[in-house]
Amino acid sequence: MSLADAFRITLRAIFANRLRSALTSLGLVIGVSSVIVLIAVGQGTQQGVTDRIHGLGTDLIFIESSRAATTSQAGGIAGLAETTLFQGDAEAIEAAGIPGVVAVAAQVSVEAHAVAGSENVGVEAVATSSRYADVRDLEVASGTFITPRDDEGRGLVAVIGSRVAETLYPEVEPVGQEVRLSFVGGRLILPFTVIGVLEEQGGANEVNDQVFVSLEGMAQRLRFLFTPTGDVRVTRIDVQTASGIDEDRVKEDISNVLLYRREAIEPDFTIQSQDDLLKAATEVSTTLSILLGSIAGISLLVGGIGVMNIMLVSVTERTREIGIRRAVGATAADIVKQFVMEALTLSLFGGIAGIAIGVGLSVAVDGRELGGQQLTMLIQPWSVVAAFFVAAGVGLASGSYPAYRATTIDPIAALRME
Amino acid sequence: MIHLRDVARVYSAGETAVHALAGVSLDIDRGEFVAIMGQSGSGKSTLMNIIGLLDRPTAGEYRLGERDVSRLPEDARARLRGRGFGFVFQSYNLLPRMTALEQVELPLIYQGAPDRRRRAAEALVRVGLADRIRHVPTELSGGEQQRVALARSLVVNPLVLLADEPTGALDTATGEELMRLLTALVDEQGLTVVLVTHEAEVATHARRTVRMRDGRIIEDTGARAGARAGGTAS
Repeated sequence: MSLADAFRITLRAIFANRLRSALTSLGLVIGVSSVIVLIAVGQGTQQGVTDRIHGLGTDLIFIESSRAATTSQAGGIAGLAETTLFQGDAEAIEAAGIPGVVAVAAQVSVEAHAVAGSENVGVEAVATSSRYADVRDLEVASGTFITPRDDEGRGLVAVIGSRVAETLYPEVEPVGQEVRLSFVGGRLILPFTVIGVLEEQGGANEVNDQVFVSLEGMAQRLRFLFTPTGDVRVTRIDVQTASGIDEDRVKEDISNVLLYRREAIEPDFTIQSQDDLLKAATEVSTTLSILLGSIAGISLLVGGIGVMNIMLVSVTERTREIGIRRAVGATAADIVKQFVMEALTLSLFGGIAGIAIGVGLSVAVDGRELGGQQLTMLIQPWSVVAAFFVAAGVGLASGSYPAYRATTIDPIAALRME
Repeated sequence: MIHLRDVARVYSAGETAVHALAGVSLDIDRGEFVAIMGQSGSGKSTLMNIIGLLDRPTAGEYRLGERDVSRLPEDARARLRGRGFGFVFQSYNLLPRMTALEQVELPLIYQGAPDRRRRAAEALVRVGLADRIRHVPTELSGGEQQRVALARSLVVNPLVLLADEPTGALDTATGEELMRLLTALVDEQGLTVVLVTHEAEVATHARRTVRMRDGRIIEDTGARAGARAGGTAS
């Protein structure tokens, strides 16, 4: 029997039982499409995280307190009293003259609401020093960044990111305007004077949504930021290093400076380079991808079992047909060909439909918000190809045993069946 | 053309062995019309299955023409079955949802034969179903269905046509009509027919009658010396 004839028989059998065939394929449609979608989610997430880390700048080292409250947690301000990192640490690192260290800036960042007139927007408020512009390579579009004079003074000045500026001052020049920052859900509201607007940063850059204020000015208002010795508590210190230097060496030098200052042996801080962050993030998202892929793989397996189940039922139901075909000269190989091809075709129908739906769904939800998070979908060509071949493999595997069973049917008994 | 020598077929059902055929010798020549008669359990269907290569003898020799086919492997038997034999069954055994033309094409598909459509249509014309080519079984009467089955067995130009109670599901008049068609095929086209039946009336159409009981031939109206010796020896 030629393959074309076998395929004709297959199509006839599939279309004779349209609903059953469609339901059988559905298992694989769901399996294949979820493989593609979930891998796209995993890879998209990884890409997003990587972009964010790259968006921070280049050649950065981050020092954080081992006990610091993170910015986004509720009550972030109160949690600041816990931190074990200080403005004085930043100054000490800079003063130590570590080779490769270009600029150092301490910061306190908290979530806030920026209000100007009738406009308001959620921002990340970053209280820092004038050094921050050098560390993060920030340029102002108008006005100035926090100046060294602001580092000493009590003035409440703010430099706003480009998106904040667009939202709060759609009509007027922001520099010289007042912006009020509301912390801890409105329990603390401070008025600031806008002294600069930052240039828009490309990509997934957080700077566009940030407001920078003078750390000293903030500390004057939030007295608890001061330690008894007059130092200022901070959540993070960013260090800009020269490119091409030995980062591990710089990290060790910084660690030594901080330990010396503390007269301690065990650090109460963590030092991470951008590469460290990337590595950690990639590890997390690779684990995520594998997890998501495995879940999708299980649904693909279930789909395959569904195909095999239906093929077994089909063989039993068609015992008489098999007997007739044997009587008119079908060999065992012909019977195997028929049933394997049927399972394969059902699986490939499911696989192709699943690819179409998976790719379609990925494209459709790409860039949409889900629970406040923007979904980034990165369709991996290899996942589409792999899904197709897995579907084909499932078809072959789930068709083989039923096909073998079909050949064991005794034609004499099959023909006697009424 | 068909030469059976001491053919036995034993089915083992657990501890007990059932001797469906207990040493049968039979020769059938080209162009013969043989009726195999006997009650159910006499072994007549087993004999037909062995002749048609659907079953294998457990002992004895089966030669088809010059060729010993008693020990052929399964695939070779399947191919020879498709080319050499046509089957007609009591229950028609047509495939559901296929048109008459497709039913008749089926054996040719497995042979990979060319010109299938035309040959299938011709076979349907031979059995008088020229106007039923596009009909599916549910649209055909019992007699018509059996004639489709007949066309399906004729389309390969078989050496032997094997008919197992072909009139069993038909009323008398339709059955009679089918038997006349078979007779005509034997007389006019030299077809060899082996007919299995338990109805004496149907068997009268045949030129030769072989009676069976308990897996043995007890009477053969057309046996020749050699075959008779084998058939009556026990």
